[in-house]
Amino acid sequence: MKLTQTVHGVTFENPTVLASGIWGITAASWRRAAEAGGAGGITTKSIWLHEHKGHPNPTIISTEHWTLNAVGVPDAGPEKAREEMAAYMINKPAPLILNIIAESVENYGKTAEALLPMKPDFLEVNISCPNVEDEFGKPFACSAPAAGAVTKAVKAVAGKTPVFIKLSPNALSIAEIAIACAKEGADGFTVINTVGPGMAIDLRSRMPILSNKVGGMSGPAIKPIAVRCIADVYAATEGKLPIIGTGGVHTGEDAIELMLAGASLIGIGTAISTRGFDVFKKVAAEMQEWGEREGVEDLEELVGGMHEEMRRRAVIAK
Amino acid sequence: MKSIPLQSRLPRTLRIAQVRKETDMVTTFMLPISLGSLPGQFLMLWLPGRDEIPMSIALDDGENLQVTFFAVGDMTQALAKLKAGDLVGIRGPFGTSYAWEKKQHLALVAGGYGAAPMFFAASKAAQDGCTLDVIIGARSREHLLYQQSFASLPRTTVHIATDDGSEGHKGYNVTVLAELLSSGVKFDQIFACGPERMLVAVSDLAAKEGTKCLLSLERYMKCGYGLCGNCTVDPLGIRLCTEGPVVEGSLARQIAEFGKYHRDELGRKHPF
Ligand SMILES: Cc1cc2nc3c(=O)[nH]c(=O)nc-3n(C[C@H](O)[C@H](O)[C@H](O)COP(=O)(O)OP(=O)(O)OC[C@H]3O[C@@H](n4cnc5c(N)ncnc54)[C@H](O)[C@@H]3O)c2cc1C
Ligand SMILES: Cc1cc2nc3c(=O)[nH]c(=O)nc-3n(C[C@H](O)[C@H](O)[C@H](O)COP(=O)(O)O)c2cc1C
Ligand code: FES
Repeated sequence: MKLTQTVHGVTFENPTVLASGIWGITAASWRRAAEAGGAGGITTKSIWLHEHKGHPNPTIISTEHWTLNAVGVPDAGPEKAREEMAAYMINKPAPLILNIIAESVENYGKTAEALLPMKPDFLEVNISCPNVEDEFGKPFACSAPAAGAVTKAVKAVAGKTPVFIKLSPNALSIAEIAIACAKEGADGFTVINTVGPGMAIDLRSRMPILSNKVGGMSGPAIKPIAVRCIADVYAATEGKLPIIGTGGVHTGEDAIELMLAGASLIGIGTAISTRGFDVFKKVAAEMQEWGEREGVEDLEELVGGMHEEMRRRAVIAK
Repeated sequence: MKSIPLQSRLPRTLRIAQVRKETDMVTTFMLPISLGSLPGQFLMLWLPGRDEIPMSIALDDGENLQVTFFAVGDMTQALAKLKAGDLVGIRGPFGTSYAWEKKQHLALVAGGYGAAPMFFAASKAAQDGCTLDVIIGARSREHLLYQQSFASLPRTTVHIATDDGSEGHKGYNVTVLAELLSSGVKFDQIFACGPERMLVAVSDLAAKEGTKCLLSLERYMKCGYGLCGNCTVDPLGIRLCTEGPVVEGSLARQIAEFGKYHRDELGRKHPF
């Protein structure tokens, strides 16, 4: 089975992509995830226009079912990001997706402008981080007008670079948000960011474990939510805009399920801490194996496969 | 799926069994638990409502666990005020460990709180019949850590180096190692834990001698289990929480930032 995916003219050797914020700090980690780890593409952590302090530790905790993180999107700002991106661009091993975040519509545009000269393959706009809600009110991803306004501001400066909006599963109607972004020219979506937030309490001390009390949930438990959100966004945009499906993927079969819901590329984050930094290679090999067994020749035929199959069966039923 | 047990990724709180003041600045906690840890591994120590920091395991004898720390900043100073019976949380053990073969001749070089994990390694290696030369370095005699504990181990010679010469050799512990080597002592392996410049000097000596060495490298840590990427080093991109903290000298020497800089919680570089 052919694993290569070409999205908006950018070719990924396989559909797996390192998700934003995981390992996303330095060029050295991106390179390792791509070269030895087998990632088809790399996403940077979210970059702010100015230095942004994160939350104190504990910031990341896990069980086998879930991970809660409240790192708080710490970042040293565009200057450091430019240095790391420049280092990665020398013999770039896989496409680079630049992820940006801001506290205002205006600064989304400015952050994009500050970093686009580094020539990332895609721009991913994080409007959905639950970790920064306290500072700035609700995330943009929960309001259609706000999500549309951010999309418009970024598209105004993005030129030819495709703009992917990273959506939140916490929106009342993710479809409505996606439609608002599509109207303003979004070129694709990343679905989903973390769920919740959630909370974990230590019994003896009776204290929340995360210093921030709450944190976004990722890992195996969120996969069904990711699948539903991808299916909703795919249906709402009639499959016209590519989706980077993200959330709980640990195996090749998980990845295929997200593709059937409508994903063209597959983001992997939390699984790196259970299956290792070469989880990308493993997932790609498992997809390959599955495809061969099932007689699927091209991954592309899986994208949105559930929707197609439901239509086909509805026609037959008539 | 080969990985650390996942329940180790959520802190559990327990009451400190005993607090021991080692020096003005240094405190040891005894905790009534075993994590099945190996020498060189670390845990994340949580003080509810305050902070969580990485700390080397100074002993895990199957029943009790020990950590030894310097009060250098907000968190460690808050920890230093705790008493027996107070609650702390731990998760771990994380990372790689020191390893040896039975009856090997080992040199253990310890600087600062590096003496704590070195003692864990020494006590286990002594049980395996190893012969040990332990070289402890400190600013002055009152800052020496674990001196008596090392001295109580069988087949163990303790060497001391202090900056002010108040005990043992006046100067660096690495100089003592160099003298041992040039006097013809052959070690099967050299272990070192302490300030990074000390580690660079040890790795230089080991490379010159062609002796295998294992070093404990520290970087800013958040998750401790390979997810956040805060502890990755240039240009290899290896995570020192999972692929370290204990690394072979030959690997450390491929790390461009070894002895030169480290990154803070924002990923910004700071020179040593
Ligand atoms: C694997 C490992 C093992 C360690 N073992 C010991 C030990 O056995 N005994 C001991 O005294 N110290 C140990 N440390 C260092 C210890 O974690 C720091 O001294 C402690 O975090 C300081 O916190 P603070 O709030 O008191 O000081 P701060 O003023 O906050 O920090 C002082 C310095 O400690 C470092 N630091 C702070 N937070 C962290 C963090 N989350 N991760 C890594 N470094 C940090 C920073 O580089 C800073 O320069 C170890 C560190 C690592 C990475
Ligand atoms: C530690 C951690 C940090 C993250 N940081 C970011 C970030 O900076 N920007 C962002 O858009 N998403 C961030 N995310 C969300 C992930 O990119 C991803 O959408 C989510 O974790 C779901 O995928 P997973 O289950 O494969 O981890 C972070 C997730 C984790 C666990
Ligand atoms: S501390 Fe998070 S990857 Fe090492």
